[in-house]
Amino acid sequence: MRLEFDGYSVHSACTIGTLSRMTETIRPRHSLFVRVTHWLTVLSFLSLLVTGVEIIISHPRFYWGETGNVNTRPLFTIPIPSSRSSVPTGYGYVLPDQNGWSRYLHFQSAWIVAGTGLLYVAFGFFGGHFRRNLLPARSDLSPKRLGISIAHHLRFERPSSEEAWSYNVLQRLTYLVVIFLCFPLIIWTGLAMSPAFESLVPATVLGGHQSARTIHFFMTGFLVVFLLLHVLMVVLAGFRNRMRAMISGRVTEPQERV
Amino acid sequence: MNKLSRRQIITTGLAATAAASGLAVAGKLAGRYGLIPPDSGGIYGPGETLTYVAQRVLTRHTLAREFSQSQISNDPFANPVDPLGEEFQRFQSGAFVDWRLAVDGMIARPAFFSVAELKSFPARTQITMIGCEEGWTYIAEWTGVPLSHILELVGTLPQARYVVYRSIQPEAWDSIDMAEALHPQTLVSYGMNGVDLPVPFGGPLRMRIPRQLGYKNVKYITRLTITDNLKQFGKGLGSGELGAEDGYAWYAGI
Repeated sequence: MRLEFDGYSVHSACTIGTLSRMTETIRPRHSLFVRVTHWLTVLSFLSLLVTGVEIIISHPRFYWGETGNVNTRPLFTIPIPSSRSSVPTGYGYVLPDQNGWSRYLHFQSAWIVAGTGLLYVAFGFFGGHFRRNLLPARSDLSPKRLGISIAHHLRFERPSSEEAWSYNVLQRLTYLVVIFLCFPLIIWTGLAMSPAFESLVPATVLGGHQSARTIHFFMTGFLVVFLLLHVLMVVLAGFRNRMRAMISGRVTEPQERV
Repeated sequence: MNKLSRRQIITTGLAATAAASGLAVAGKLAGRYGLIPPDSGGIYGPGETLTYVAQRVLTRHTLAREFSQSQISNDPFANPVDPLGEEFQRFQSGAFVDWRLAVDGMIARPAFFSVAELKSFPARTQITMIGCEEGWTYIAEWTGVPLSHILELVGTLPQARYVVYRSIQPEAWDSIDMAEALHPQTLVSYGMNGVDLPVPFGGPLRMRIPRQLGYKNVKYITRLTITDNLKQFGKGLGSGELGAEDGYAWYAGI
């Protein structure tokens, strides 16, 4: 498919006058739907992250099981000051309370990310996006091919120009894990902390209310690592090109110089 | 412009129109069924309203989890409150014999109940979790009168929609809707772990609403007011300086 329209040859072969007409006939690198849901997810994830950190500051202690409070021995604590004087942190000061607006914004963003995610998954299944773009080819899953791909990544090799039109196997696997494991688990553990909702979305199988909170925290950590690696890979592959592909959908500019 | 992008624009336009009218219809319906929370104004209003509507549709009758005797926490934490004044200390030195719970508003028979009278009503004992919005939890056994029993006793009028509850600490007042007020696990509690509710945990009387966070479970309550409109209380946000007026959500089931 991607060979039908090679962005670079279109760009270099055409005069400026015909360029605009020709590029419009080219399928965008990412469909409009993928681009819109991608940026909605970015915005709501960042807002969930900031507000989540604010909420943690009010109790930077984590536990396992159902219960845990300042009288309980924690599983671990984050060595930061707290916004509550009742939490022993070792710091001689208390940060201002930000939980009111943080909680409001956390749940508002959760609605956006969950709604966007549901639409995206529906589109991914019925529109063929998952099958076409995310499901790895069986041949790519052989240990040898996987090994080659891992080696490429570990050497921070710049991807070939044809990879601008398709995801490589590691990318596909990572995106599938993020979409079908991390996001469902972080939403589940979030809902399992809701006192009104917990009977519908039980925390018991996760080990209890505090276990759900701890898993929620670790999932956040995992997603932050994913975000950092994702941005690093975008920078390695050519930041302007990849950003353009995710904003306007076009991949018609010549490769950036390193 | 080619056919595909025109079709995309039409589809997107239709989807946007459908979404906008869907939201408008949802808003109208929510208003009609009293599902707009009092703090629905402002930039967080849409998320707050969605949460409240979703919870009322999905969890109106669900029960908070109840635990076994062995799961009761050995180390419950009494969140510190503002210093209790002289008035409270007078009640405390008299073993709370003179403490009264006033009930007024949209009811047929306004009443005052002493703690002893409340203890003579049918009681409910339940082992539930209390969770703070900060993230910590403990499990305890609470005993009290189901609020629904009190509401029935005083002849609550059918148009009542909220119960406002006030504490001896004027800043600590809050309110719940009738779904929460009539829920079997919502108690006016006077006992904890087999003894009279200790003062640090809200004794002599504390609202115990296990399906909402700790801050809705106001301590030292003195008055229940049944109403159909929260606008007339404080700033009209449904709770006082320790709740919505301090930027905290009125609905705290999440």
